[in-house]
Amino acid sequence: MADTTPATRAIEVRNLHKCYGDNEVLKGIDFHVDAGQVVCVIGPSGSGKSTLLRCVNRLEEPTSGQVIIEGIDITDENTDLDAVRSRIGMVFQQFNLFPHMSVLRNLTIAQQRVKKRSKDEAVAIAKANLEKVGLLGKADAYPAHLSGGQQQRVAIARALSMNPDMMLFDEPTSALDPELVGDVLQVMKDLAAEGMTMMVVTHEMGFAREVGDKLVFMDGGVIVEEGDPRQVLGNPQHERTQAFLSKVL
Amino acid sequence: MPTLTRTQRKKAAHLGVYAVLALLALLVALFADWPLLRLNFADGETWRALWPDIFLVAARNTLIYTVLAFTGGLALALVLALMKLSDVLGLRLIATAWIEFFRGLPALVVILFMALGVPLAFGWTPPGGTMGAGILALVFVSSAYMAETLRAGIQAVPHGQSEAARSLGMSSTWTFVSVVLPQAIRIVVPPLTNEVVLLLKDTSLLAIVGQQQSQLDLTSFGQNGLTTYSNPSPLLAIALVYLLITLPLTRLVAWLEARQKRAR
Repeated sequence: MADTTPATRAIEVRNLHKCYGDNEVLKGIDFHVDAGQVVCVIGPSGSGKSTLLRCVNRLEEPTSGQVIIEGIDITDENTDLDAVRSRIGMVFQQFNLFPHMSVLRNLTIAQQRVKKRSKDEAVAIAKANLEKVGLLGKADAYPAHLSGGQQQRVAIARALSMNPDMMLFDEPTSALDPELVGDVLQVMKDLAAEGMTMMVVTHEMGFAREVGDKLVFMDGGVIVEEGDPRQVLGNPQHERTQAFLSKVL
Repeated sequence: MPTLTRTQRKKAAHLGVYAVLALLALLVALFADWPLLRLNFADGETWRALWPDIFLVAARNTLIYTVLAFTGGLALALVLALMKLSDVLGLRLIATAWIEFFRGLPALVVILFMALGVPLAFGWTPPGGTMGAGILALVFVSSAYMAETLRAGIQAVPHGQSEAARSLGMSSTWTFVSVVLPQAIRIVVPPLTNEVVLLLKDTSLLAIVGQQQSQLDLTSFGQNGLTTYSNPSPLLAIALVYLLITLPLTRLVAWLEARQKRAR
């Protein structure tokens, strides 16, 4: 590769554009997450923050620009997308557990199909991750019988069972009842403390301040301001950031 | 005149309705020619003559034709539904044309085409002769209806489901087979069961192609009985057998739908 991407760059986004017809939702984003970093992305709805996150594992097809995961350009036609995706864990706002499978099966199916692990190995890894999120007792339950917070923790455990190098979180607590948010955030904090590389689209300013290594504020399809979370939240430089924060803080 | 409460007025109205119904029933009972009715609809001797072939041959054949047409139709419908959801325009157009063609024609016309038209025009007789051709026609017709049902079922599975599977690195094929299709099938079980009932009734159209004694379905069997015994009692007999099969199925659909509503 001609470009020198430092080995520590987990996610690198270069001049990313995304259009839906005439509507340009990402207008040239340059952005990166270093290995071991926790980067939080905030901004008003419609700012393009979720679209940016979804371009990172190409759930959204970028219109132009590059997305480089651990030195591999995933916008390249020849990249084995499934292989790259299996190294990027993703957690959705709506959990998206498979409702026709038990919790345990939710965690083992991709391990067996994609990672080609034996059933015994997959079950052992799944149970270790369920224990990590405090839900080992729910292994045989079906998603419909779990609370939203439990479902989201299972979804995190499902992503972790693939032993990803990094995790993407797309507003992971936005669909939860307020009293269930804490458990999910705690799991995410534990994960950050272990050194997991994380990109988190969120409205939880407290989490961003406490756990984030970097905070990115997006508005209107561009990155308006980024930097140390305490700095950005405490002393925003840009007037759009100030206006947004004055409404949410 | 005493004023009635709303409840009392409602009760009085109900009583009136039942009085009229009772009067009608009485009139029917008085004026109907019961011996004549029994002779023509429920003649014991004729019914005994139908036994046991009405079950061992006719009902059995009807069920076999239904199962054949349904399994063939379902397999073809899945292919058509996938074609309709394909991003290749040509496949979508072919599937749409097929579906619109066979949904737009009466099943009887398709049966005649397959059994009589195709062998003449193409010099090819489907396996199983005219009966095979008739069943193939039902396969085509039911595939058109079921393809639309399956497509709707597949599209009703939330997009987040396949996104979650893809984000775990699962291929599009595996995602479809192990995540989308199982959920789609749950959604379409009630409408597909309804389709079985419709198809079962449509097998009566196969009477048109001319069946050998061992191939008779319930309707041809009843028709045969009618001419053999110069008595319409076989018609009531086959009607009862049809209901014996269809009523449990329609009850099953109602139960499945109620269960699905609860699960939501």
